[in-house]
Amino acid sequence: MRKGVIGTSLPRKEDVPLLTGAARFAGDVQRPGMLHAHILRSPFAHARLLSLNAGPALELPGVHAVLTQEDLPPAARAIPMRMFAQQDLEGYLQPPLAGGVVRYSGEPVAMVVADSRYEAEDAAELVEVDYSELPVVLRPDEALEEEAPRLHTGPNRAGGFRIEFGDVDRAFAEAHLVVEERLEVGRHAAVPLETRGLVAEVDELTGMLVVYGAAKIPHVNRRILARLLDRPEERIRLVELNVGGGFGARGEFYPEDFLIPFCALRLRRPVAWVEDREEHMRACNHSREQVHDVAIALAKDGRFLALRDRFLNNTGAYIRTHGLVVPGMTAALLPGPYRWSAYRCDASQVVTNKTPAGTYRAPGRYEANFVRERLIDVAAHRLRLDPVELRRRNLIARDDMPYPTGTHTDGHPVVYDSGDYALLLEKGLARFGWEEMRRWRDSAPHRGIGVGFFVEKSGIARWEYARVEVTNRGETHVYSGGASLGQGLETVLAQVAADTLGVRYDDVSVFHGDTATIPDGMGAFGSRAATLGGSAVLRGATRLRERLLELAADELEIAPEDLDLVDDAVIARGAPATRVSLSALFELARPARALGSNTQPGLSEEAYFLSEDMTFPYGLHCAAVEIDAETGGVAIERYTVAYDLGRAINPQLVEGQVVGGAAQGVAGALLEELAYDEGGQLVAGSFMDYLLPTAGEAPFVDVLITEDAPTSRNPLGAKGAGEGGTAAAGAAIANAVADALAAEPTRLPITPERVLTLAREGAR
Amino acid sequence: MKPPQFEYDDPSSIEETLTLLTQYGEDAKILAGGQSLVPLLNFRLARPDRLIDINNVRELDYLRVEDGMLRIGALTRHSALERSSELGERVPLLRDAVRLVGHVQIRNRGTVGGSVAHADPAAELPVALTALSARFHARSSRGSRLLRADELFVTHLTTALEPDELLTEIEVPLPAPGTRHGFVEFSRRHGDFALGGAAVLLESGPDGSCRHAAIALLAAASTPLRASGAEQFLVGQRFNERVAAEAAERAVGDINPTGDIHGSSNYRRGLVKAMVRRALVQADSGAKEAA
Amino acid sequence: MTRREVSIEINGEVFERTVEPRLLLSDFIRHEARLTGTHVGCEHGVCGACTVQLDGEPVRSCLLFAVQATGHSIRTVEAMAALDGTLHPLQQAFHETHALQCGFCTPGFLMTLEPFVRDAEPAQLDDRTIRSALAGNLCRCTGYQNIVTAVKLAAERTHA
Repeated sequence: MRKGVIGTSLPRKEDVPLLTGAARFAGDVQRPGMLHAHILRSPFAHARLLSLNAGPALELPGVHAVLTQEDLPPAARAIPMRMFAQQDLEGYLQPPLAGGVVRYSGEPVAMVVADSRYEAEDAAELVEVDYSELPVVLRPDEALEEEAPRLHTGPNRAGGFRIEFGDVDRAFAEAHLVVEERLEVGRHAAVPLETRGLVAEVDELTGMLVVYGAAKIPHVNRRILARLLDRPEERIRLVELNVGGGFGARGEFYPEDFLIPFCALRLRRPVAWVEDREEHMRACNHSREQVHDVAIALAKDGRFLALRDRFLNNTGAYIRTHGLVVPGMTAALLPGPYRWSAYRCDASQVVTNKTPAGTYRAPGRYEANFVRERLIDVAAHRLRLDPVELRRRNLIARDDMPYPTGTHTDGHPVVYDSGDYALLLEKGLARFGWEEMRRWRDSAPHRGIGVGFFVEKSGIARWEYARVEVTNRGETHVYSGGASLGQGLETVLAQVAADTLGVRYDDVSVFHGDTATIPDGMGAFGSRAATLGGSAVLRGATRLRERLLELAADELEIAPEDLDLVDDAVIARGAPATRVSLSALFELARPARALGSNTQPGLSEEAYFLSEDMTFPYGLHCAAVEIDAETGGVAIERYTVAYDLGRAINPQLVEGQVVGGAAQGVAGALLEELAYDEGGQLVAGSFMDYLLPTAGEAPFVDVLITEDAPTSRNPLGAKGAGEGGTAAAGAAIANAVADALAAEPTRLPITPERVLTLAREGAR
Repeated sequence: MKPPQFEYDDPSSIEETLTLLTQYGEDAKILAGGQSLVPLLNFRLARPDRLIDINNVRELDYLRVEDGMLRIGALTRHSALERSSELGERVPLLRDAVRLVGHVQIRNRGTVGGSVAHADPAAELPVALTALSARFHARSSRGSRLLRADELFVTHLTTALEPDELLTEIEVPLPAPGTRHGFVEFSRRHGDFALGGAAVLLESGPDGSCRHAAIALLAAASTPLRASGAEQFLVGQRFNERVAAEAAERAVGDINPTGDIHGSSNYRRGLVKAMVRRALVQADSGAKEAA
Repeated sequence: MTRREVSIEINGEVFERTVEPRLLLSDFIRHEARLTGTHVGCEHGVCGACTVQLDGEPVRSCLLFAVQATGHSIRTVEAMAALDGTLHPLQQAFHETHALQCGFCTPGFLMTLEPFVRDAEPAQLDDRTIRSALAGNLCRCTGYQNIVTAVKLAAERTHA
């Protein structure tokens, strides 16, 4: 019996180059004659750009160009949306360089190109720009007021929508209890350790425009770049190198993704740009900032009757590539794992003078889970019911699956595919040691325990591409339309290919992210790379295996069903000495021979996988915290995530995703906040003030992976693993703090000072 | 985030350094460990015309005890303090403080003199040295002088050193045998500058009552601050929780810390109070361990 | 600005260049010596990605100027594995325990932890001490948990 490799924790294929310093990231690229770009950014949050004089900068030795909006072609006026696009949002799109008005501090105004980055920064200081400051609006609720400064031609409510089912007003009118709160999530961001970086050059021999440093969605971005440059897609090659983390933010099409290639074309020299940390904090997508006015209607027995929400998503100064993704996800998944007879959600996408926002790991759901789970705890406190028991009474039952929630995203109805929420709840509580931690909580003051239940979604944008090949050396090459931001894509796809074909894991190599060798692809976002990418590989590998067996059958004159593929050869079942190696099959499949025998030449199978719908993994976060009543410090005593994702292709990698995701989610609840001052300057704009957690703050996270509810929406049965670790962390931490203080936190992050304020004023 | 242009000198003696300072003082910055200065240069928030790098001035790198005094050369690295067993035995307050400075990479490079001259009121060493009544040697071509902490630290990131002066040595009177100490701080994140803290020294008489107390506050004002009112209150008292709480209350009586996004002035005031109380308790419990 | 001649030993090889005094050591290592395993994550001394060893001790190379490294010896991640490719025990432990994801921060961790693992008393190797030793390096992917495990594994093997 051959041991399957799907489901085992094989060590990663990616590791060795990363451990030895041999890996290449965008900032490591060095090309002959390469120039260095630096972006001059607006120091003001809102101002009219009166004049710009690049003369003095151009006089500095080593300076090659200063680009301003006037240099840009008409096709490049605005960066388009790629997801959840809506026509009425088009007046809010960002230009690659600002024209008459700057709308956030950090907005690109000009680009300086010089022999070195040092010189480019020197020159940028000499560009003379005259601004006339305009009034600033930073809060989304204030942006909607009548007298608020307007950012664009259209209203500050750039877009929005309503999702509704059932008779909400009647449910509220007849409810035993209505609980209503204003709940807010602070602005924070993905902040990968590697900043963004791009190197663009025109290959002088072929005329091909090559861009190194692609990430997340190389093919999608090639399409956008082609459109902005008015250049055929096949004359542009995007190349993904090692990528130092993404979490939703890196890899979207930003102003620089146009400016650097444009400049390389114009100067006919390689141009490099490596974002520095100060720019990253102001330039790369922010996320999470929402204000909810939310209410829940309950029956006397604690049954949930209706949920009603009106929320504002602060999307910053412009609509970027994500369109309405974030509020769309919040509204679609706010109902969570519970039954509701009625639901109404009014979502608004609001522009303000802050850095534009987009997705960050569990986008829209981190916020939604905090809002819903926090409100449920408040309701439980009012009903004098155990918060866990209140949840238990309202969970969707396993027998109700598949469950149409009544909501929709981007025009698709949200139908939960599978799940046993009650089982997961009990397993998660047992793993956490709920009863033990209750005693711990009761044995000293200022201790609290809390949970957050979540339903995630995975596999958005439902297709992916793969090509599986056997090489002349008998090894397997997999080409995927997916992308890697460091999560282990190569390992997981190699496992799927090895398992499906029957070859050795070590003999499989995985390639991705190069548009020259991969014709199309979607990429890595929304926990899709392993599930959709893996399903495409599975499909391609299945077909390739059939062909290999047929080819061997002809050669060995044995029926295909009596053959097996083991490691590097096709063998006769029961007579392993009768065999033909994969490298021999490769020779048999060369065109001259294959065409002569009327078979398909080459050992390569392309496959597209199209999922019928998204899948919906789910889970539970449990937190136990102890509060220092003098400092407001929150110490995490225990943290558990129980997560059902149908099938774990590599359990060690899945656990890594959950632990790392939880560290981010917990940090969003306690540490990280992109604070602005009244003038619209980002105050937390460095690593000294934007508090990424160190090993001293990140909690130990105990992970329970369950596989009780595989999906039928893909052949692997797998649901995405990337976001559940983050999804309900804010909810669990806030509920544990609420329990410890007998108070109701209504805003994330819960800073030490807010803890003390809650302790003093908030006692319920 | 690349530093602006500057001229660079790397003298190898104090005399050479003083000559350069006389010549360029107004336009020059001393580069010691660089753990605070280089970030400011990279952000282009500091733009001196010239850096005078004293890392090759080996005569400034020493740690020795003589005449009842611990003498620390200004170029002594934090890690050297951390590793010194003599320091641990004779001035354990300083050892406890230096362990809380940043992270290992910072302590390997950062210097005692650099930390003092940077004069960040949230830094550990200036506060510990203030509690220890340390004195600071400054030299220039014009001569030398000795400053107390309250003379040296003028305000946030500002000392009384003249542009042509070099901080050369910190002298710390050795605490009397039996002196107990406490150093406590609170930061939102491991290794960060603290939001509040306190350094405490307690010396008891034969009857167990307090004979001498020193309390220095971290991030309570624009400089490290001695809480003299609380110190006087403690003298003659027998230690208990109530006394500690009262002393802490007095220590923050008229402080007005600067607030920021991590905590308002009011929050920080309460925090410093808690830190003083805890530092006193820590000092007291240390005595009990030793007993 | 007066350029200076520098002579810096990196991983046993001497690099002689004429550079601006403002050139950061991190940029010298990456762009002049072409050793791009040393990464730059913040350039203000917080993230630790650029950690290298200066005369054997971990330091942040973004807070040093190349001119300051003249006459000193620098060790970077490229020097850790044996010439035949055999991983250093700490690298091997990172690999086995899944202590890296995107790997961008990893060289900095390795440079910080190599002396720690070498010198650590077995009694020091509780989670708290290890986490404190790691706290000067930021990782955004792993939540640090498997890095702690890797340190324990490497120390066990080193001191076995």
